[in-house]
Amino acid sequence: MRKILIFLRKEFIQIFRNKAMVPIIFGMPVIQLLILSNAATYEIRNIRFNVIDFDNSSFSRELISKFTSSEYFILNKVSFSMKESEESFKKNQARLIIYIPKNFEKDYRKDSKAEIQFVINAEDGSAAGVVNNYAANILRQFNTDIMYKASLVPDNIPLIKVNSANWFNPELNYKTYMVPGILVLLVTLIGSFLSGMNVVREKEIGTIEQLNVTPVSKYHFIIGKLLPFWIIGMLELAFGLALSLLVFKIPLLGNPLLIFLLAAVYLIVILGIGLLVSTVSHTQQQAMFVAWFIMILFILLGGVFTPLESMPDWAQLIAFFNPVAQFIKAIRMIMLKGSGFNDVMPQFYFFIVYGIIMMSLAVWRYRKSE
Amino acid sequence: MKRLLTFVKKEFLHIIRDYRTLLILFGMPVAQILLFGYAITNEIRDVKIAILDLAKDDVTQEISNKILSSGYFVSYENLKTAADIEPAFQKGIIKEVIVFEPFFGRNLEKEKRANIQIIADASDPNLANMMIGYTTAILENYQSGLSEDKILPAMIVPEIKMLYNPNLKSVYMFVPGLMSVILLLVSALMTSISITREKEMGTMEILLVSPLNPAHIIVGKVIPYLVLSLINTVIVLVLSMFVFQVPVNGSLALLAGISFLFLITALSLGILISTLSNNQQTAMMISLVALMLPTIILSGYIFPIDNMPLLLRVLSNIIPSKWFIIIVRGIMLKGVTFSYIWFETLILVFMTLLFLVISIKKFKIRLE
Repeated sequence: MRKILIFLRKEFIQIFRNKAMVPIIFGMPVIQLLILSNAATYEIRNIRFNVIDFDNSSFSRELISKFTSSEYFILNKVSFSMKESEESFKKNQARLIIYIPKNFEKDYRKDSKAEIQFVINAEDGSAAGVVNNYAANILRQFNTDIMYKASLVPDNIPLIKVNSANWFNPELNYKTYMVPGILVLLVTLIGSFLSGMNVVREKEIGTIEQLNVTPVSKYHFIIGKLLPFWIIGMLELAFGLALSLLVFKIPLLGNPLLIFLLAAVYLIVILGIGLLVSTVSHTQQQAMFVAWFIMILFILLGGVFTPLESMPDWAQLIAFFNPVAQFIKAIRMIMLKGSGFNDVMPQFYFFIVYGIIMMSLAVWRYRKSE
Repeated sequence: MKRLLTFVKKEFLHIIRDYRTLLILFGMPVAQILLFGYAITNEIRDVKIAILDLAKDDVTQEISNKILSSGYFVSYENLKTAADIEPAFQKGIIKEVIVFEPFFGRNLEKEKRANIQIIADASDPNLANMMIGYTTAILENYQSGLSEDKILPAMIVPEIKMLYNPNLKSVYMFVPGLMSVILLLVSALMTSISITREKEMGTMEILLVSPLNPAHIIVGKVIPYLVLSLINTVIVLVLSMFVFQVPVNGSLALLAGISFLFLITALSLGILISTLSNNQQTAMMISLVALMLPTIILSGYIFPIDNMPLLLRVLSNIIPSKWFIIIVRGIMLKGVTFSYIWFETLILVFMTLLFLVISIKKFKIRLE
């Protein structure tokens, strides 16, 4: 026990001796959490659009005013040529062109049918989908309004009334969804990179040989190497959670202790992966690259930025073995839906098994004599 | 010149000897682009839902079948009472619940009005929006089928034209971002580590007393990574063009030129990081932790910049990738010429010069 404590002290001194690392370990995640959480949103407002109105009637102007008065759209420019309007796309000044042909009003009065064109800048596919949605909604509303005004809707049409409800996040606030995810990412990045670099650093500098001849056993060595990062990770998570509650007002419906319980085993998995990478690598550069590769895959398949549900089956299978995805899912369930231990039990056992496997591999790969 | 070449050769040997890093260096872009092309999308597909059918009649059965055969949703379970809804969500498997009111079919037939409720798990707001949108569209479709003979009279029909990316493929938008992330991280990370490594191992002293001057040392360090990153760029471009059919509408030469410029920007950022840090660990943490998430999130790679709060829009201007992504999307998707992107290019040039000037000022040719 005493040996471990002494070893721990040495590790902490070593971590904090490097003045540049302290702000990186503690300052950077906080700043990133504060800043990036505001950036991670798919919500689109202030969509700038161009109008090409060849009809120029009171009817077409009424339609356009529906767009300009909506909170989503801002008129960028009125022009009379498609070519000129497309310039706005190329200069990234607009996302939508509304094209109203000549005789728009006349056609509508005569045939009760008229056509307009939405040209959407679709270089960003998902944003284009959203723009299309908003524009179609405004047009649908406009259609219904004029029909009701002309009392053209017969009473005997069967109507299904659809009520939709957004549970657990009624204001559709992106931060509520993103902050827990980004917090997990930051804790994971710091934990895995620090542990990934640690042992290999001793190897590269040559101090590992000194450690190998000391009476510290293999297990003490591993515990002494990982415990400091585990403590740092837990502190960071606690701090980040406090920030999410106080600054971002993210609800915490479940039990905070449950989050820490899961985090405690989750960090063992992450540190185990880092340690394994560290013991199989020869240089810090190599270790970092391997760790980076794994982390990028974990993050992209982690369901932070894009929903896991939309991935093909093989990718979902990979995501299933991705501890980052599992922890993000669990922390969101606990915070936003108030899930209890029974709901996150699969994750809990998953982390324990995963952690044991990773640790055993790392211990097995680490040899005191080579 | 010959000295420099020898030095470059030494650096190459260093890199090639480490086959694991090399494998990742080339495997990474391939893995990422395949992931983005095949796996990562914002569209929805086979989302698990639960149905609470309090009517259990032919109409609700028909509507349920319509919803489940759409390809967007699969049924995970049938609920019995309204009290089951919340626990069902808490298990974290289903994302939406559809509730049919009691006597749904009879209400629809007799009173011409019936109620249906869609409850979405909005902890992911984007997914919730899309699910509700799709479900509503299916219901509207069903409803207009009911009243076909009494067709709604007046309509303005929009014709929708998606410019530059008619099928709204996510890979079109991700490829430029991916290029910038790979180039920036690989180049900045590799150079910063390789220079600080010499410092940490003590071999920097040997280099400094060698007849190479500091500029030679830096150039020699950078050239191998320049070559590697160029190969990476080509791999990413070829994969995206031939496997995912992302078009290059503009000039390929212009694209190559700008990519080369961006490489220099990334490498000079790497040099800057290395002059600011004393050991590999610090260099690495700066390049990874400080560059990775901001480059992914603030550059417009995944999230559109013009929706961010003002402060972040201003902040995004210091991210080199932002400018590169605008340029690459412009050239590849919109086919713009240099006259549209000269401003962005100028900013990249300016950033590169800035990084280099600071590095030269900070580069210490003496040991402390």
